[in-house]
Amino acid sequence: MLYFLGRRILSALSVVLVTLVATFALFFIAPTDPAAAICGERNCPQQRYEEIKKGLGLDQPKVKQFADYLEGLAVGRTYINGGVERECKAPCLGYSFKNDRPVLEMLGNRVPVTVSLVAGAAIIMLTVGVTIGSMAAKRRGTAGDRVLVTSTLVISSIPYYIVALMIALYLTIFYPILPRGSWTPPTDNIGKWVAGLVTPWLVLGLVNMTQYVRYSRGSMVETLNEDFIRTARAKGLSDRVVTYKHALRSGLIPVITIFGLDVAGMLAGAIFTERIFDLPGLGNLVLESLVNFDLPVIMGTVLVSSIFLVTANVIVDIVYSLIDPRVRLS
Amino acid sequence: MTTPAPEDRKDTMAESAAEQPAAPADAKRGPSVATRERRSGLMNPSGETPYLVVEDLTVKFPTADGVVSAVNGLSYSVPLGRTLSIVGESGSGKSVSSMAVMGLHDRKRTQITGSIRLGGDELVGMPESDLMKVRGDAMAMVFQDPQSSLHPLYTVGNQISEAYRVHHKVSKDVAKKRSLEMLDLVGIPNPIRRFKQYPHEFSGGMRQRAMIAMGLVNDPKLIIADEPTTALDVTVQAQILDLLNNLQKEFGSAIVLITHDLGVVAEMADDVLVMYAGRCVEYGTATDVLANPRMPYTWGLLESIPTVSAASEKLRPIKGLPPSLLNLPSGCSFNPRCPYKDRVKGERCTTELPELLPVDGAGAHTSRCHLHDKASIYEAEVLPRLG
Repeated sequence: MLYFLGRRILSALSVVLVTLVATFALFFIAPTDPAAAICGERNCPQQRYEEIKKGLGLDQPKVKQFADYLEGLAVGRTYINGGVERECKAPCLGYSFKNDRPVLEMLGNRVPVTVSLVAGAAIIMLTVGVTIGSMAAKRRGTAGDRVLVTSTLVISSIPYYIVALMIALYLTIFYPILPRGSWTPPTDNIGKWVAGLVTPWLVLGLVNMTQYVRYSRGSMVETLNEDFIRTARAKGLSDRVVTYKHALRSGLIPVITIFGLDVAGMLAGAIFTERIFDLPGLGNLVLESLVNFDLPVIMGTVLVSSIFLVTANVIVDIVYSLIDPRVRLS
Repeated sequence: MTTPAPEDRKDTMAESAAEQPAAPADAKRGPSVATRERRSGLMNPSGETPYLVVEDLTVKFPTADGVVSAVNGLSYSVPLGRTLSIVGESGSGKSVSSMAVMGLHDRKRTQITGSIRLGGDELVGMPESDLMKVRGDAMAMVFQDPQSSLHPLYTVGNQISEAYRVHHKVSKDVAKKRSLEMLDLVGIPNPIRRFKQYPHEFSGGMRQRAMIAMGLVNDPKLIIADEPTTALDVTVQAQILDLLNNLQKEFGSAIVLITHDLGVVAEMADDVLVMYAGRCVEYGTATDVLANPRMPYTWGLLESIPTVSAASEKLRPIKGLPPSLLNLPSGCSFNPRCPYKDRVKGERCTTELPELLPVDGAGAHTSRCHLHDKASIYEAEVLPRLG
């Protein structure tokens, strides 16, 4: 287990590193000029432009810039801007080009929003999706099963942002049945936290749930045809125990894989949901930083997203080994 | 389930025997009372009181392509302490009929008619909630492939204990103790360690032993073993068969052994029922059926066994394929493959389904064939080929 974790953490680090290099390279391949953007595209005196560029460290060779970034990440670095020295402790993600705030602090404000949003939605999506999927699998071939499969197919073939936007418009504005989205840290007021997130949870969770109905239905239909299910029935177990104990445990394995990757993906970019429900999460930050060519913020969000992704993968592997004894972690 | 005491059972059986309609006065229009009883499975080749009685069992699966008639009017009976072997090719209905006895078919997709009585209780049409209590308790099934028939994600001990706890309200510890006993009984060394292991940590033979331990944990009176040795190699096969034999001697259960291996039949069976296209084509004691078979299909099965002395010879399969169960041939289902059908006068083989009749006019050995001189054909032509 320790060996497994050590190996996985090493490979995770290399994935994160490669992601950072790629992001950094992409940024400079694109025709971006943050200094010009800050200075104002027109009427920018050459001298001022050079100053800004120097202040941002953009005058350095690209390799040096990247090395400095990694150094800051690992041991911290000192920024000198206009004769003012600023100590940035490890893990230093630099300062936003746009508003000069530490990126770490900006991420620190945004990550809890996204994590709250995704955690709630993920629970809804997995539990409701798998429950409905298993029920459909148990009744496969009946009219109810067909209605369910067709309706999930319809919902998941409409682009998510349209469904989400429609629900937000109709249920929170035209017919305000559900509270509008808003963000209150759970440490301030847990009731307001729930109230502000309940609509986004339902929308993100239930719309994505439709895919889980289909994944788990497919997986369960396959499992219910297995010989060991017949054995379980031959023992005299009830239909419910056979379906929800014997079949579900096997049927969940492929669903867990997709779930881990989905959750990581949602953490990295629940952009539509955050935008529609006006939540100050990571997705919104990504959008803002891209518009502003804000390299340190872009790098910071990419870093956080890739950490989410590799962590999710490790967790999926561990959960696998808990469900399936044939999977050994070493 | 509360199993009636043997005396009660006998009474029930006697009653249902009495309820049989009397034979029609005109003997030509119907078989005699004795034949009827035999066909209905009330009597069995040994003449003992049966524990399991299957009578005129029909299993049909309606599909998009039509109705699949997997079992057509099957009757047999098995007394306690006796082993009935059901023999036939794949698709002959041997597994389907046994699954019907266990009530394992999807009710919505299967039409079952006829009667299956276990110790006097009618299982056909029994509500699922009642059938659940019988399944795994009074009757248990040992499946073909222990690799896929055991749940890969639960320990072997857990699965055996679960089978016990379904039918006994006991603590986990009591169930564990019982499971360890069973593991020991079926000859699994070091039960305490094995209890905690998963099926993939067992060898094929050990897995089948574990499967048997699971099936027998509730001391069932009827054990249905569906090709229990097919997935095992030959030396292990013999061990598993010995185990089943010994357990039967110890517990006196009735065993229905489904197989296509006539070697297994010779070793295990007291009675043999040969199935073809969902029908019984020959039924009798093992000695009768194996030593004096009276049906070309049984001859074909016997001829297809390779013999060591004839190692250089080619295998002699039964030519042709089993018929589609969607569309059975008219007359005798075996007629398209039967090498002897020209010896029956007229078109009887292709137009008239032969009755299951006693081979010597009165005995318990029955077969379904229009041939008149079955005994002489067997002795003159088939026997020399058997080597």
